[in-house]
Amino acid sequence: MKFRETTLLAALLSATALGAQAQDLRIALQSDADVLDPDQSRTFVGRIVYTALCDKLVDITPDLEIIPQLATEWSWSDDGTQLTMKLREGVTFHDGTPFNAEAVAANIERSQTLEESRRKSELASVTGTEVLGEYEIRLDLASADATLLAQLADRAGMMISPTAAEEAGADFGLNPVCSGPFQFEDRIAQDRITLTKYADYWNADEIHFDSVTYLPIPDTTVRLANLQSGDIDMLERLAATDLAQAEGDDSINVSSAVSLGYQGVTFNVNNGEKGDNPWGNDKRLRQAFSYAIDRNALNQVVFEGAFAAGNQPFPPNSPWYDAGHPVPERDLEKAKALLAEAGYADGIDLEVQVPNTTVPMQLMQVVQAMVAEAGINLTITSKEFATLLADQSAGDYTASQIGWSGRVDPDGNIHQFVTTDGGINDSKFSSEEVDALLDDARASNDTAARKTAYDAARDILIDESPLVYLYHQTWIWALDSSIEGFTPYPDGMIRLEGVTKSE
Amino acid sequence: MLSFILRRILIAIPTILLISVFVFGMQKLLPGDPVLAMAGEERDPEVIEYLREKYRLNDPIPVQYVNWMGGVLQGDLGISLRTNQPVTELIAQKLPVTIQLAIMAMIFALVIGIPAGILSAVKKGTPIDYVANVVALSGLSIPNFWLGIMLILLVSVKWQLLPASGYVPFGEDPLLSIKVMLMPAFVLGTALAATLMRHTRSAMLGVLKSDYVRTARAKGLKERVVILKHALRNALTPIVTLSALLFGELIAGAVLTEQIFTIPGFGKLVVDAVFNRDYAVVQGIVLCTGVGFIVMNLLADAAYFILNPRLRKQ
Repeated sequence: MKFRETTLLAALLSATALGAQAQDLRIALQSDADVLDPDQSRTFVGRIVYTALCDKLVDITPDLEIIPQLATEWSWSDDGTQLTMKLREGVTFHDGTPFNAEAVAANIERSQTLEESRRKSELASVTGTEVLGEYEIRLDLASADATLLAQLADRAGMMISPTAAEEAGADFGLNPVCSGPFQFEDRIAQDRITLTKYADYWNADEIHFDSVTYLPIPDTTVRLANLQSGDIDMLERLAATDLAQAEGDDSINVSSAVSLGYQGVTFNVNNGEKGDNPWGNDKRLRQAFSYAIDRNALNQVVFEGAFAAGNQPFPPNSPWYDAGHPVPERDLEKAKALLAEAGYADGIDLEVQVPNTTVPMQLMQVVQAMVAEAGINLTITSKEFATLLADQSAGDYTASQIGWSGRVDPDGNIHQFVTTDGGINDSKFSSEEVDALLDDARASNDTAARKTAYDAARDILIDESPLVYLYHQTWIWALDSSIEGFTPYPDGMIRLEGVTKSE
Repeated sequence: MLSFILRRILIAIPTILLISVFVFGMQKLLPGDPVLAMAGEERDPEVIEYLREKYRLNDPIPVQYVNWMGGVLQGDLGISLRTNQPVTELIAQKLPVTIQLAIMAMIFALVIGIPAGILSAVKKGTPIDYVANVVALSGLSIPNFWLGIMLILLVSVKWQLLPASGYVPFGEDPLLSIKVMLMPAFVLGTALAATLMRHTRSAMLGVLKSDYVRTARAKGLKERVVILKHALRNALTPIVTLSALLFGELIAGAVLTEQIFTIPGFGKLVVDAVFNRDYAVVQGIVLCTGVGFIVMNLLADAAYFILNPRLRKQ
């Protein structure tokens, strides 16, 4: 009896000791991820989960430099149509399948051919792959594509186990198998996604948690409350309005980075019948709208000054930002003069469709008040996001408050929106000059030449203003003070290498 | 009794069919395109077309309905557009969560509502009665979301007594599971407690005036026995029926509470599914809820039957 009690006690003790060692990191997300298949993924929040689950061929630094991850080095052919990559050796997927050139080829093929794949446009320039050796692969391109590496630093470059992909087909997302620092454990939709440490990870020394749990908690107040009560270790996308409260709490650290995306107003310039309206036909009205807005005040009023005022697809701190067109000061006189010039000295109506969520509504109400002083009578039509998107796509709108989550390569923030055949050019703005400039910028690997092309396109786009940019979101993370080593990145991802938790 | 229940079940079948047609039609009337939202930010036209075909969204609406209903009859409610999970699996995951929440809320409601109702009936016109009525009215009028947020800020953030949100499966850790659910169950149960209290009070008042209670008192029985044994038994009959009906309402009321406390139950599932235009999920849930309501109604009627001797004798 005595003996049994002792062993029981010992067992209990060792269990608690184990419990103390097993470190779980609990991260609250703003929303639940969609399907966990990099090829089918379509949400920002899904990418946060992939960061721990799936390694990519290349990664980025906080300054957006491309650095090795599964590919250790790479080189371009002189004409920029061949990308040769050397691969990291000794890497395995979570199911034991070895990672090699064959696996990369299979991944590229799946991204391009899976019916459900959302990666086709990102890899459109790749015409084929050539396995040069166990750990060497060449990607062949139809023409030079400067954006490709940045694509390979995101979902298009995420490597999944070819074995598992073959078996599961389009259902891969129900049990994803990658090669990242953590492997998939389980998922309860809208409640949690649990990953556990992958013991054979090539960079395991940098990983200091046994498991990581992602908890979708949409309400920002509740998200912060969970952090304050110690139920979670960190959260992403703290609301700007909660910033003061979080910064005033000694047990919480705040970390932030200006995002790669933007928010603004897209005008229907030529999308169907509704494009034939004063706002679509006369650029002076769009310019007036832009001049009537005080972007810095907007940032102060709606976002407590935590975000970044903006007037281009890239934030002012981006190397791609055109300093020749700084964020304009509000100029009511100029706005009124432009309206008068266009024949609307007595004012003009403007209907803007806005997603019916808190922040966009607040934003547009402030804009409404600002532009009213110039004589623009703005009416807000609030729509559910799904409806707003459908109407915008169909051209059933005059102006739309919409944004973009942002891409590492500048091309991803502009090309598709303003080129004549751009896939998401809902404005249907079209200019041969802009098309040529942006196509050239895509094809060149010379950063300086690209910058010149983007700046030249900016001159035209500022004048035409099919999209009026307003601000850039700042990613704000709030962390328990016991969490150390977290680095904020402009892509909004949570990279866990080097992150530790002190007891 | 048996024939009565069978009759009710037969009536339930066309009711459920009607519900399913109504829900299906309503969803198709909603503006917005689910595939557009699913296609991702780039909205590749090829992908959009493929998904429309895959989910048979290009078929005429009646055909879509028949396809879906055909699946339902074989126990297949389709798959979620958003996560690719089978709807039956989603429902199986979420239903226990909401039922646990509803049961706990019901317990709160009964434990608070019925004693308060009895007390205020017995002490009619005294300060106790007034206090009970004011509290009940507050319970009815304070919005759930406000009470929820206030509780989170006080109990979790300030006093750090209970977790602020989330969910732990009952099977995994019963105690922790109950602990996490305490606050949301309380919030959900308050409005119901108030309703129960008002009904108990009026039922008790009615019974207390009756002849048999006067007889019981005349026999010299202790007041406690009179109230708890004689009066309460009769007063409770309508309350039991009402409770069963209210349980259905609880499931519906759980929507808001689940949103506040981030509980991955039925309510949260359906709200998110409506926003994502996740047709199959919404239809599946509404169908299940419809069936649930009908079953609860049946149970309420059966309980009434059992508790009310006058009906049993017929």
